[in-house]
Amino acid sequence: MELRSISELRGVSGQEHEVRTYLRRELEGHVSELQSDTLGNLFARKPAAARGPTVMFAAHMDEVGFLVTAVDKDGMVHFRTVGGIDAGVMPSKVVQIGPKAVPGVIGTKAVHLQSADDRTKPFDPKKLVIDIGAGSKEEALKLVQPGDQVTFATSFGAFGNGLHKGRALDDRIGCAVLVEVLKGSYQVPVVGVFTVQEEVGTRGAAVASYAVRPDIGVCLEGTVCADIPGTEEDAETTRIGSGPAISIMDAGTIHHPGLVHHLVAVARRHEIPYQYRRATRGGNDAARMSLAGSGAKACAVSVPCRYIHGPVAVASQSDFENAVKLLRAFLESIGRGELKV
Amino acid sequence: MKDLIRDFTQAYGPSGNEDQIREVIRRAVEPLCDRVSTDALGNLIAFRQGRGEPVLRRRVMLAAHMDEIGLIVTHIDEQGFLRFAEVGGLSAHVLMGQRVVFGNGTEGSIGNERVDEIKDLKLDKMFIDIGARSAAEAREHVEVGDMAVYQRGVSEMGTRVAAKAMDDRIGCVVIAETLRRLGESPHDIHAVFTVQEEVGLRGARTSAFAVDPHFGLAFDVTGVGDTPRARSILNMELGKGACIKAKDASLVVPPAVKNLLVKTAKDNAIPYQLEVLPAGGTDTAAIQLTRSGVPAGCISIPTRYIHSPVELLDLGDVEACVALAVKVLQGPIEV
Amino acid sequence: METKEFLRRLSEGVGVSGYEHGLHDLIREALAPYAGEFSTDALGNCVAVRRGCGEEPRVSVMLAAHQDEIGLMVTKIDERGFLRVAQVGGFDPRVLVAQEVVVHGRRSLPGIIGMKPPHILTDEERKKAPKLEDLFIDIGLPAGEARETVQVGDVVTLNRAFTELHGGLVAGKSLDDRAGVAALLECLRRLQSLRHAADIYAVATTQEEVGLRGATTSAYGLHPDLAVAIDVCHAGPGLDEPGASELGKGPAVAVGANIHPKLRDLLLAVAADCGIPIQHEVSPGATGTDAWAINIARAGIPTALLSIPLRYMHTSVETAAMSDVVQTGRLLAEFCGRVDRALVEGLRWN
Repeated sequence: MELRSISELRGVSGQEHEVRTYLRRELEGHVSELQSDTLGNLFARKPAAARGPTVMFAAHMDEVGFLVTAVDKDGMVHFRTVGGIDAGVMPSKVVQIGPKAVPGVIGTKAVHLQSADDRTKPFDPKKLVIDIGAGSKEEALKLVQPGDQVTFATSFGAFGNGLHKGRALDDRIGCAVLVEVLKGSYQVPVVGVFTVQEEVGTRGAAVASYAVRPDIGVCLEGTVCADIPGTEEDAETTRIGSGPAISIMDAGTIHHPGLVHHLVAVARRHEIPYQYRRATRGGNDAARMSLAGSGAKACAVSVPCRYIHGPVAVASQSDFENAVKLLRAFLESIGRGELKV
Repeated sequence: MKDLIRDFTQAYGPSGNEDQIREVIRRAVEPLCDRVSTDALGNLIAFRQGRGEPVLRRRVMLAAHMDEIGLIVTHIDEQGFLRFAEVGGLSAHVLMGQRVVFGNGTEGSIGNERVDEIKDLKLDKMFIDIGARSAAEAREHVEVGDMAVYQRGVSEMGTRVAAKAMDDRIGCVVIAETLRRLGESPHDIHAVFTVQEEVGLRGARTSAFAVDPHFGLAFDVTGVGDTPRARSILNMELGKGACIKAKDASLVVPPAVKNLLVKTAKDNAIPYQLEVLPAGGTDTAAIQLTRSGVPAGCISIPTRYIHSPVELLDLGDVEACVALAVKVLQGPIEV
Repeated sequence: METKEFLRRLSEGVGVSGYEHGLHDLIREALAPYAGEFSTDALGNCVAVRRGCGEEPRVSVMLAAHQDEIGLMVTKIDERGFLRVAQVGGFDPRVLVAQEVVVHGRRSLPGIIGMKPPHILTDEERKKAPKLEDLFIDIGLPAGEARETVQVGDVVTLNRAFTELHGGLVAGKSLDDRAGVAALLECLRRLQSLRHAADIYAVATTQEEVGLRGATTSAYGLHPDLAVAIDVCHAGPGLDEPGASELGKGPAVAVGANIHPKLRDLLLAVAADCGIPIQHEVSPGATGTDAWAINIARAGIPTALLSIPLRYMHTSVETAAMSDVVQTGRLLAEFCGRVDRALVEGLRWN
């Protein structure tokens, strides 16, 4: 599938309906059952004739963003962060608010008016507001409401050599990988779950894993990629264009060594480029899958994304395609009974 | 050329006191041009009539500043120590422990008051010691208002050379060499050895108004990023050729001028590098803003340790600057 | 061309100080239909001339609004193809983080301004604002390809679509001072149906952001009898600056050492006569605008300054009210209609 539409959809944690509606349409005809739960997780099931371990995939539909908290007397819109966004990326950006995507800007005091001391410190995120052009509270409230989601206005586009730039690649790129995987047919039962509220505590995956009770859980993510100036090689985590990243451990999960080895073996056999995710910080839906019910074997495969959690991230088309290839080959291999764990 | 570098850098000439260096340069360039004159501020203007194709003829101003940074005596104390202020950009830390010399040959050592931490050392805590035992003895040699400059010889290091005042005597050398090697040029060339650049591009400003050129080309030193842990954003290196300026703090070189220089370098296989210098300014800026505006560019000589007594550069780069200037002046200038 | 459409195209156009040529066709297309003559000079200033109906030698008015924008310039391409940059004009580096840019190399390339990600910063680093040297531009190309496409000295602009907000406000990059250039169009259009004795030189000046350079040379070249500079001023809310202007309440008329009192008085009188809302701007010393340079060109040129209120100056989301742009143009046109020989002769002090 093409990444543009899914990157430009808006879905801050708790408001994932646009993404869910879109995915339902994309998956129609490719899976035998499509079903949502009360939190908003979307389950796409592909049962298999043969018996085998149930493999659950989790890719989250939500993205980091903001919620409108209040509107002040000048008509300025105040907001709070949903998920982790560094305050440094907020100033001087255009945003879209609420269901009607009302445009607004996050301005800052002109540099001319900042004291020398002010300029040495980062902006205080609590003092940043969104200007929508309303002259008063009443006027502003006709356009936006407390609780409205706020996202950066970023268009998806081609970037550099074989790369894409866009908003919310974490984790719409994981969703796209999952859609592509679900278009194949396998000898094992597969449940693809598009989860909600990952960015505020992997909450959708918690209930989804309980409902599915997988034998094997595979988390699909867009992950940190810091192969940029100022970062030593050992702190890069991943490198763009070097293939999908296989996790070894993060703050929530020690990824199952058997699955990790099998992923690597499959990648080697099929000559699919891969890399390890060379860090142990962060966390994702894998933790919830591994701990649901009586537990599951969990692993994570990610597409490296530079500038994750900012207004615009960068990912590689080849990493995306190789992630799909790797996971398809992984499922086929399990279907042939090759996974010994 | 090494002789020119020696003669030019060793001469005395802080801003506003360029008489000695002017005479050195005058002797060098007089045989190379049709007429030499001096103006009210002390700029030295060497004029060379264009030859050949008159339709190509443009009035071209070349500029390199002959002044150097220095110290000006502001007070002589009872013990005969001289307090001073800076003339141009001078750093206390670079000045510490240096020897300086006045226009009349009086030599002095730089001393400083005791400071607890070296970062507290400022110019107002420093003084010049000329060996005098009293104010009266000091006044036999110097007076308030006299200027001193670094006293430092030339070090030859193979193809590299270090000296004081390379900024911008090396630019003066480039112009002199260019005039010597030029041969046929269709253009009327006003080669101006400017004064008071270090205190605000002052000589270039008045001389450019008088010359009223169609095109200006300045020659000055530029900083480099090729030393250990230098500024991460600087591209320029020693030994990589003439620097063609795109921008410094004083000007943005018009793209047409930059492109003319780049094309000339490429067509003649002259090594060059593009230069963006976040700080600093050159005579080019003053020329550009003359009257209703003059297209002007700058060829820079990459130099390490600028404004110190050990400014270091590569002779290959100097050659490239001369070669580029010669080719530009021999061809049509349409910008 | 409609004024808002002109401002949209100007705002999305490319014209970093010294590299304004990318805007010249657009400015010509918009202004030339209302001017008898249109030219550009050595520094790239665009001059649209409307001859007046007064007797020769006619008096002349220079209207100056700067077309250049602040931007970045490539200083280095590193061994992995990332770009390092210097400022052209004054950005606060803090507003550059995570911006999308266009790198104007052999072809235009999309880029992103990056810095060390938060998880790699030390606590100490996190407390400090990033400096320009801490930032880099990612163009997604390997070093070899980057060097083939981009050179040291290439300019970089922010990539920002012109955005219409509620209430007639517009947001975008470089409204400082393209809003002023748009006001020139509004003024020239209105002058078509106004008798004016004076020659009007509407000048879109260059290199204002790096030192009022275009105004310096164009004022010398045009040698007008008087001038009005049009620039932007800081607008609230939330500024905590006494005297800050407000959006939608009309242009601010400046007063201060740089401003000829009689010209200011005339602007105020014209505004009152025509019912044009205005605000006041007090600039005791340097106005930081083209007015400062024009005032001391040649033997001295009497100068006034009109400012269009602007929020978030020198960011990519500068915000202004279209009504202020229109009222500025209107005030300029009516002002130009009142300029005659008697006014000019009255400007010399006894």
